[in-house]
Amino acid sequence: MPSNKSVSDAPIVQFTNCRILRSHQLQREDLWVREGKILNPEKLFFEEKGSADIQLDCKDSIIAPGFIDVQINGGFGVDFSLATDDFKSGIDLVSQKILSHGVTSFCPTLVTSPPAVYHQVLPQISIRNGGAHGAGILGAHLEGPFISKEKKGAHPEHCLRTFEAGAFQDLLATYGSLHCVRIVTLAPEMKRSSEVIRELTKRGICVSLGHSVANLSQAEDAVQHGATFITHLFNAMLPFHHRDPGIVGLLTSDKIPAGRRVFYGMISDGIHTNPAALRIAHRAHPKGLVLVTDAIAGMGLAPGRHTLGQQVVEIDGLNTYIAGTKTLSGSVATMDTCVRHFQEATGCSVEIALEAASLHPAQLLGIEHKKGTLNYDSDAGSPGHVPRGAAVVHFAAGGKSSLQPDPQTRYDASAVFQPQTWVFFCFFYLFPILVLYGICSKDKTT
Amino acid sequence: MRLVILEDYDQASEWAAKYICNRIIQFKPSQGRYFTLGLPTGSTPLGCYKKLIEYHKKGDLSFKYVKTFNMDEYVGLPRNHPESYHSYMWNNFFKHIDIDPNNAHILDGNAPDLQAECDAFEKKIEEAGGIDLFVGGIGPDGHIAFNEPGSSLSSRTRLKTLAMDTILANAKYFDGDLSKVPTMALTVGVGTVMDAREVMILITGAHKAFALYKAIEEGVNHMWTVSAFQQHPRTIFVCDEDATLELRVKTVKYFKGLMHVHNKLVDPLYSMKEN
Repeated sequence: MPSNKSVSDAPIVQFTNCRILRSHQLQREDLWVREGKILNPEKLFFEEKGSADIQLDCKDSIIAPGFIDVQINGGFGVDFSLATDDFKSGIDLVSQKILSHGVTSFCPTLVTSPPAVYHQVLPQISIRNGGAHGAGILGAHLEGPFISKEKKGAHPEHCLRTFEAGAFQDLLATYGSLHCVRIVTLAPEMKRSSEVIRELTKRGICVSLGHSVANLSQAEDAVQHGATFITHLFNAMLPFHHRDPGIVGLLTSDKIPAGRRVFYGMISDGIHTNPAALRIAHRAHPKGLVLVTDAIAGMGLAPGRHTLGQQVVEIDGLNTYIAGTKTLSGSVATMDTCVRHFQEATGCSVEIALEAASLHPAQLLGIEHKKGTLNYDSDAGSPGHVPRGAAVVHFAAGGKSSLQPDPQTRYDASAVFQPQTWVFFCFFYLFPILVLYGICSKDKTT
Repeated sequence: MRLVILEDYDQASEWAAKYICNRIIQFKPSQGRYFTLGLPTGSTPLGCYKKLIEYHKKGDLSFKYVKTFNMDEYVGLPRNHPESYHSYMWNNFFKHIDIDPNNAHILDGNAPDLQAECDAFEKKIEEAGGIDLFVGGIGPDGHIAFNEPGSSLSSRTRLKTLAMDTILANAKYFDGDLSKVPTMALTVGVGTVMDAREVMILITGAHKAFALYKAIEEGVNHMWTVSAFQQHPRTIFVCDEDATLELRVKTVKYFKGLMHVHNKLVDPLYSMKEN
């Protein structure tokens, strides 16, 4: 089909025979991509008189927006809180490997560390778009050191700090620079936190409440000053109490400023949160739920001992503890596992499970016009390699993708979500925002 | 005329689709020799479009060498409005087939000079060598395209104000809100459709029965503009049982008796795979 486009000569890819997540529903529509953006095919047809250059048969798979992980401490042996010489190649490694979990954008997270670590590591983190090379970096998530001693969890006590003396200046001195910082987790009960929260919010940095013993009213004040996120709900905060719900009470608080929404991270690996608690949170405030992995360096590696900043942690199956204790310290779950577990535990639809890992984090960071959805004009990356001589490329084993479809995996497409292994198709030439789920069916019932 | 009577909507849609499919394939379209098709919108042809898409997806029919000309489009409705005829054609037909976007012609209801747009459309039809097969429907008031009662039977493509019957019939597509229904449209004229080498009118449902009666059993009358096709040398009316409810028993029996002849037009059903 000759392409006769007036806007651009870049190749147009049309994904056919698929279901795409759009407007909160899985729709049977083709997905069109050009030059890193999702294209409106009707506009292309009528205004540009254009058509597809490459057609890919997705064999009834689901195409979902790429996942966004806003809390990930490392993986595959790389620890973002360690100032090593090869830090840059470490972050590149993680960014490349998490593509196969469906993550196409992330916030490298640093746990409580001495100022020297921030000063050395932060300048080496740069905000960048993803691509075939790996997931995009949205900015760093600094979890600590301005957190509560009582709820430090796996964070090293000797590195905890307060900003009582100089408020925002103390924070700036500790971190060194904020230019690539996207999220800061702090404990709002700390003195002068409201000034700090206002200052961070003014600079477009998302403030998250966590590792704290704040009561509900302190948490609500923090939200009034600009806080919009809760770090791993339930973990490292006071438990819900019916006369003082604490930070958990923000989910149903009536003091949230109009037009704003409080989001909350959930580590849905089956360990950090009991499924019943996960269900309570989800039912109380479904639109605020953001799935995070809180993955540590040991994610993707064999069980054993690994580092997490200044600490040593021990991995045993999906459990990770401070070595020699029973204190949970991050997780080794991958994002796709979390999405799957979330869907199983809550019984929600595929659409909701996928949105918890894509649309909601995008909304949290205020980037949903570009990422987290498959709406027209949102990011989809740049098709790099166009298979030569192929007008129609069938996506099958042997096709150019970083993860081959598993021919053994066959599912009943009419069942919304199966607890078996998922197959992910990550087009290596597609920008990391686009993730293809393979749920092939033996008997196509749709 | 041929009056082809099928039992229900689905069978009528399928018969019509098979006929169109066979006409295209027998024409043997190729580079520089396009088959020109006139196309309608509305609820009646949906089943027919679905079948054509099915034949295309099975590989039996390609629209690569087909040029299409739609009958009409609302004036003043944005092209990407879900109820515009551009949206209708994209969602119900074009996006599922392999037609070249340069060959899919629809009037632009937002053109700065509407009459010039209509004249240009007539010219495009002429340059394409005229229409081989114009497929249309019928309104409850007997209109073809938006040639409302009172339209000249020799009219050409032009701007028309819609009759109340038509606006009422269209209200269901605009949340039942009459104020949201467009009141003007660009439409091919009765004369434009009469120029086609062959015309096929799809009529299904009891609510169209009276219009069909007026169109084929009464005289040629500009109040029921479809009646003009009594004077066209090759017209086929494809309908279901319900649409024949106002016809004389004699008419219906006669044409039903001819079904074995009519069916030779669609059986065998050709396929481009054989070429």
